[in-house]
Formats: sequence, C-alpha cells, structure tokens
Amino acid sequence: MSILVYTESEEGKYKKIAQEAVSFARGIADKMDMSVTAVAINGGDASELEKCGANKVLQVKDDALKNFNAAAYADVLAQAAKKEEAKVVVVSSSANAKFLAPLLAVNLDAGYVPNVSELPESTSPFKVKHSVFTNKAFATTEIKTDIKVVGLAKNAYGVHENHADATIEDFAPELSSDDYNVETVSVDKATDKVTIADAEIVVSGGRGLKGPENWDMIEEMADILGAATACSKPVSDMGWRPHSEHVGQTGKPVASNLYIAIGISGAIQHLAGINASKTKVVINNDPEAPFFKAADYGIVGDAFEVVPKLNEKLKEFKAQNA
Amino acid sequence: MKILVCISHVPDTTSKINFTDGDSKFDTNGVQFVINPNDEFGLTRAMWFKEKQGATVHVVNVGGAETEPTLRKALAIGADEAIRVDAPATDGFSVAKQLANVVKEGGYDLVIGGRESIDYNGGMVPGMVAKLTGANFINTCIGLEIDGTTATATREIDGGKETLKAELPLVIGGQKGLVEESDLRIPNMRGIMQARKKPLNVKEAVDANAETEAVHFAKPAPKGDVKLVETVDELVDLLHNEAKVI
Repeated sequence: MSILVYTESEEGKYKKIAQEAVSFARGIADKMDMSVTAVAINGGDASELEKCGANKVLQVKDDALKNFNAAAYADVLAQAAKKEEAKVVVVSSSANAKFLAPLLAVNLDAGYVPNVSELPESTSPFKVKHSVFTNKAFATTEIKTDIKVVGLAKNAYGVHENHADATIEDFAPELSSDDYNVETVSVDKATDKVTIADAEIVVSGGRGLKGPENWDMIEEMADILGAATACSKPVSDMGWRPHSEHVGQTGKPVASNLYIAIGISGAIQHLAGINASKTKVVINNDPEAPFFKAADYGIVGDAFEVVPKLNEKLKEFKAQNA
Repeated sequence: MKILVCISHVPDTTSKINFTDGDSKFDTNGVQFVINPNDEFGLTRAMWFKEKQGATVHVVNVGGAETEPTLRKALAIGADEAIRVDAPATDGFSVAKQLANVVKEGGYDLVIGGRESIDYNGGMVPGMVAKLTGANFINTCIGLEIDGTTATATREIDGGKETLKAELPLVIGGQKGLVEESDLRIPNMRGIMQARKKPLNVKEAVDANAETEAVHFAKPAPKGDVKLVETVDELVDLLHNEAKVI
C-alpha cells in the first residue's frame, strides 16, 4: 500500500510545489508505515523527487498530455492509485491540482479535503487540519472513506530533504477519447515573469499609488527581489493593472513568504486573500489604515518617498548579499 | 439552453467568524448571509445568456429553509425559477450528489458553480457534479461563450490564461471575469416584487453520504502588534535578520 503524490513540472523541471507535495506524502507515509509513489506526467529528473522521499516514480511520457488536461490527468492518477493500492493521494493547491482533484476524488470514491496545512493529526481515524473561511479559521476534518485525497496548502509544509532510493518505472495508463473532450485551443502565459502562484515574495500596489504611470517603482522592487507584482481590487477594476494581478478574496490567493503592500488600505476582502502570507509589510501614509492591524512591519509614510529609498537600500543589500 | 446556477449561501465577507457547541459548529448568530461572490459572477453571466440567447435560468441551493432569502435574491436578480434541495449541506460530496440529481432530472445543458465558496473554500462541488453527471468540466472560468452546443471558455491558470473548447453539457467553476464587478446587479423593487411570484420548489433529498466531517474549528492565534519602523534601513535589517525573508 502506498501514498500517491501528483508532481507538477514545467518544461521538464519539477516545481517547488512538487517537492513540497512529495515531502508531505513522505510525512504521511511514515505515519502510516507505507511507501511513497510519485506520478510524473512528462516530468523532470526523478532524483529531485527521490531526495524528498519518493520510493517509486511512475513516469508517464505522452505527447497527448503535453498540455494540462484535467480529465485526462485525473484519469492517469486514478489508474496509478489503483495500481499502487494507494490509500492517500496528495495533490498541491495549484490551479491545475484544484481542477483535477474533485474529478479524481469521485473516480476513486475518495473523500477530498483541500488547503491542508499540516500532517494528519491522526491517521486512524484520518483527521487533517485545513484552512476555512478564507484563512480566518482552521477546521479539523475527518475523511471517512477508504481512499483519501488531500490537497496541500501552498507554502505551508515546505520542502523536507529525506532521501530515498527510488525505483523508476514507465507507466502507460489507458486513456480514452472521453478524456480529451475538453480541448485546449491556446495557452497565453508570460514566461519571463514570476507568477503570483510560485512567488516567494509578492510586491503589491493599491489606490494610494494614484495611477498606472506610477507602477515603475513597484516593478523595480519586484525586479530587485525576484518577486511577483500584484494589486488590490480597485486598481484592477479601474484598469490600472491587469486582472491577473488582482489578489484578494475574489482574485488570486497569496501565500508567499513576504507580502509587501504599498498604498493598500487593507479592506477585509483583500486581507482575506493574502493573510496566508508569512510576513506582511505595509507602507501607507494613513496610520489608521486597517492593513497596519494585519501587518508584521509597517512604515507610515508617503509611498512616493519611501519606495524609491527602499529600492535603493534593497539594491545595496542584494549587492552585499549576492 | 437550460442553465442551472448553483448558489452557495455564505456569510458576508465582513462577518465575524465564531464557533459554537464546543467549537464544532459555525456560529450563525448575527451573521448576514449572501450569495457566494463567485456564484454571483456566474449568475450574472447566466442572465446575459438569458437576455441575449434566450436561455432559461434556474438557481439551486442545497440547504435548509433559512437559505431561501438567498435564493429569492437570485430570483430578484432575474433567474426564472429556484430549487432548494431540502438537505443539510454536510460536505462537498454530499452536496454534489444532491446537485447531480437535480441536473439529471432537469436536463440542464450548462451548470454554473463558483470556483469556491468563501466559507469552506472546498472548491470541489462543480467538478464532482460534472464527474457524477458525465458532463465536461472547466474550472476557474473567467470567460464563457456558447455557440449552439459548443462552449468556448477562458480559464485562469497560474501565470496566465488559456482558451478551452468543449461540447455541452458542461459544468464550470466560475469567478470574477465571467462578468466584471461593475456588471453585477442590485435587485430593484420590480425584481423583488416579481421574485415573490416566481416558483421556489423544495425538492426532497436523495440518499447522499458525506465522505468527510468537520469535527473541530479553531481561529488562528492572535497576531502580535505591527512593528512600526521609521527608516528603510531598519526595515531591510528586520526583514533579513528577524523575519529572515530576504
């Protein structure tokens, strides 16, 4: 019996969330005395998974699976789960993982809990802690089915190196034409920018920046820090920045290590979307801005004075710590 | 085209989140309930299909009688008919099973759900309904056009978007982008009056086992006070040496 884990890669390289998911699967496997089988669809170098504790890597190489396809990928995972007699299937919290997980859960008659932040509190009964009410609370939920699907919250568990010698096996699931009923017409993805989903640091601007022409200093800070840029809802509603940068309850969720909010007052919907971030910094000229109550560090001051100074200081810091 | 919009009845974003019965239940005391924001974008898109393409729009919720005002609001926005499945919304799977039954009996071409509800953030019901009814499924949908029996959808992905094509019947998990915030409709007096006369059918539940059970809730530990600093030097030092994030 095993713990199965879906590992995501991009252009032949595993994503950090793949290593986090394998580390988490290893943690569950140790509690249940089972082994870890990773499923890699057109994946990368298996040693990347081995070092986080995968005992076996099922490699699926198929050009038809070049583009992500939720139904087909869910079918691959379901067949792998049956073959490996998986008791638990671990997936990440990426947009793709959240797309396929419900399909997989129904296929396996498995109960599914997403946004899980810690190893199971107990494995019999199987109880996991996960965030609810958009990070305003946690729930402990028991999964009662024989097979369980667990979605690991972003940036919650981390990568744990725990080397296992993995057997690598080619796996060719039988996919039907029904798996390809949803067809990808085109993919529009900026490859030169850090995405909000993958970023360790997110630099975000709000209405306090007064206009889209003032975003250069935000972009500059993001460049210096290797961060993604984001914005508040009013900013995307006014068309100052693209919708894809909107973070908050109805926008993208953020769970970065560092979130820097510049000229954002901190409406409750905004805070709900970003408060899974570990360290929050606010720069705002209004000391009464609600963001100061949610932040770890703050500077009360005019963004147009503080940000250029901060960028200079960060450059200096990066030069010294390169 | 027959459209079913799944409406989750959720606490308003600004609600205080508290728990009761030994932290085993959400405390609804003094909480204002609304249409789940992700579902409201979908409902508004459905109204567009009704007005431009002659679609029929039904809304559905799985829950007790206390959720009916939320369904009435959806009727006031313009849905033709509402269905309440009289069952407790125990977990995502049991709700999906109830909805799948409504979808099968009603013969809907398009089922619109939300990317996730803002209460339990499960994000699983639309996908499960699709799998249970054999329909196609597209999640995090930020654009949807229907031409005959073919849907073209835009999906938000990490770092961009993609365009997908699928035949009806289709289930989507929708979100902002299906329509914009400024397209959302506040029910007017006429809509509210009409909504009172529109059918709200209570449907008996089918057998649906819950696969998961939330046994305990907790709130995050209170956060310490913000550390206010005067200079950028101090800030960079704290981020490096104390928070260790740069």
